Amino acid sequence: MARTRNKRQQQLMALVMAPLNWLEERSGLVGALKYFLFRKVPAETNWFHTLGSATLTAFLVQLVTGVILAMYYKPSPEEAFGSIQKITNDLTLGWLVRGMHKWGASVFIILLFLHMGRVFLFGAYKYPRELNWLVGVILLTLALGEGLTGYLLPWDETAYWATVVAININANAPILGPFLGDFLRGGAEIGEETLARFYSLHMLVIPGGLLGLILLHLYLVIRLGVTEPPWTRAAAGYEFEENGRGPVRKGLVEPRPRGNGSLGTPSRSEAEV
Amino acid sequence: VADELERPGGEPVDHEAEPHLPSPTIWPFAFAAGVGLLLVGLIINWILAAIGAVIALIFGFLWIREATREVRARPLEEPEPEPVSELAVPEEGEEEPERYPRSVFLEMSTLGVGALIGGIVTLPALGFMIAPAFVDQGYDEVDLGPLANFPEAQYVIATFYSAEDEGSVGRRTAFIRNNGMKDDVPSFTIISNRCAHLGCPTQPSGLPGKAQEVKTSARPVTVTPVASVSGFQCPCHGGAYDAEGNRTAGPPVRALDRYHFLIKDGNLVLATPYSVGNVEGTGADAVIEAYPLADPGQHVDGPEQIFYPPKAWIPDS
Repeated sequence: MARTRNKRQQQLMALVMAPLNWLEERSGLVGALKYFLFRKVPAETNWFHTLGSATLTAFLVQLVTGVILAMYYKPSPEEAFGSIQKITNDLTLGWLVRGMHKWGASVFIILLFLHMGRVFLFGAYKYPRELNWLVGVILLTLALGEGLTGYLLPWDETAYWATVVAININANAPILGPFLGDFLRGGAEIGEETLARFYSLHMLVIPGGLLGLILLHLYLVIRLGVTEPPWTRAAAGYEFEENGRGPVRKGLVEPRPRGNGSLGTPSRSEAEV
Repeated sequence: VADELERPGGEPVDHEAEPHLPSPTIWPFAFAAGVGLLLVGLIINWILAAIGAVIALIFGFLWIREATREVRARPLEEPEPEPVSELAVPEEGEEEPERYPRSVFLEMSTLGVGALIGGIVTLPALGFMIAPAFVDQGYDEVDLGPLANFPEAQYVIATFYSAEDEGSVGRRTAFIRNNGMKDDVPSFTIISNRCAHLGCPTQPSGLPGKAQEVKTSARPVTVTPVASVSGFQCPCHGGAYDAEGNRTAGPPVRALDRYHFLIKDGNLVLATPYSVGNVEGTGADAVIEAYPLADPGQHVDGPEQIFYPPKAWIPDS
């Protein structure tokens, strides 16, 4: 920045930079964060590219509100319904946090599907991003699992009968069905075992899987770059050299060159030969 | 594909440097059609399913052949002998004894001990996660009170508790009809209200009378007589049954489940439930195809039963 700073501004700057520099020197985390935030993206990104971040935000809202709800919720057949009533009606702002968790769950699933639709319609699942599509499919399945297990926890009539039907649908799978049904119920009938294991799945097992796979999902996005929309030719992280044989990619990964020494997209002069 | 066309012509293509994209092929579509036909055939009839299976197999094979052609076409090259250290070069014509360097031994033993510890920690936890759901299954007997509450040739809705400590979640309902005496043995038709489609509670179609609390040895029971029951309906997906529990309409795959019963000290006692394929005849003369209790929606008879092995972990009673 060419603008000269006065002494006071310089002091302030040093005050901010000192701890950051200390951290950077010992961990490299500041540089890593900069690398993550200031990546090159295609010139023609648009609002549809924000659906992934929106989904992540919805997940984080579920994570935070869920952790707080777990401080008041009691996963036993005698107390579950009462504790939900208490959260909703008695505890300060409990209605808000429970409402965020309940409606946020639908928002999360809707955003997941919109994000998936964007990836599909932009062709962003194609080489070399097939693996990230597969990770996304597992994430979608886990998210639906969160919806299923979370639906039982209010322990009211809706929760009970919806879970009866959902578990029996699972029990209709060929060969494995009878095992799967009893495993999900924790026995022959829905009862306290079912509630306890759905609680464990809902707040420990599935969120753990979701977190790990989201990190993998993001890593692959950063490694492979953001897909350009289908109506543009310029790819993420590519810089065209006027006199060179093809585009040169600036980024984490150097893709292997093609037979003619160029990368994915041929330069204009090359195509005209 | 567009890039292929734009490449200057005549240049030899180096396949090693290409992204490995599958070539366009129509086999997956035919394969999917075969799978679809197979699934439809499972519902409609077996010949259709067999045709679908054959189509799926043939086109699946063709698809795999297409997808792996590039890999298979590549000539198998002799791998270049890797440059090895002077020590490991075997002399011509001389048998080299197998060598296990210390580093390899340490590596293997570390991995082995790690796997052993991992197994010792993981396997019991896995067993604890899975096994309790399958052991100690079974049903307690439920005392439904004196026989006088069950008038002959009339259905009674009995509401009772299957487990004592789970609140209203343990509440169950059975439809009970006293069929009178058959060969000096009392006969009861006891039908579970659990729909054989996905387990919703069915309702009898009839005129319900006055509900009545019955004092029994342990758990409270409510009995409600219902006049002129013509059948049972499920509110969830429209399953319908006749007065013997046979399916008459809708998605259920078998008749309603029933209960065995005992008579102890003049009281009607529910024993284990069982599943029913079909009922011929009515009341005391009914011939019931009984099977071990299965979850709702699972076929107990017909060719589809091969998909639902009986639960071997339920104890006999």
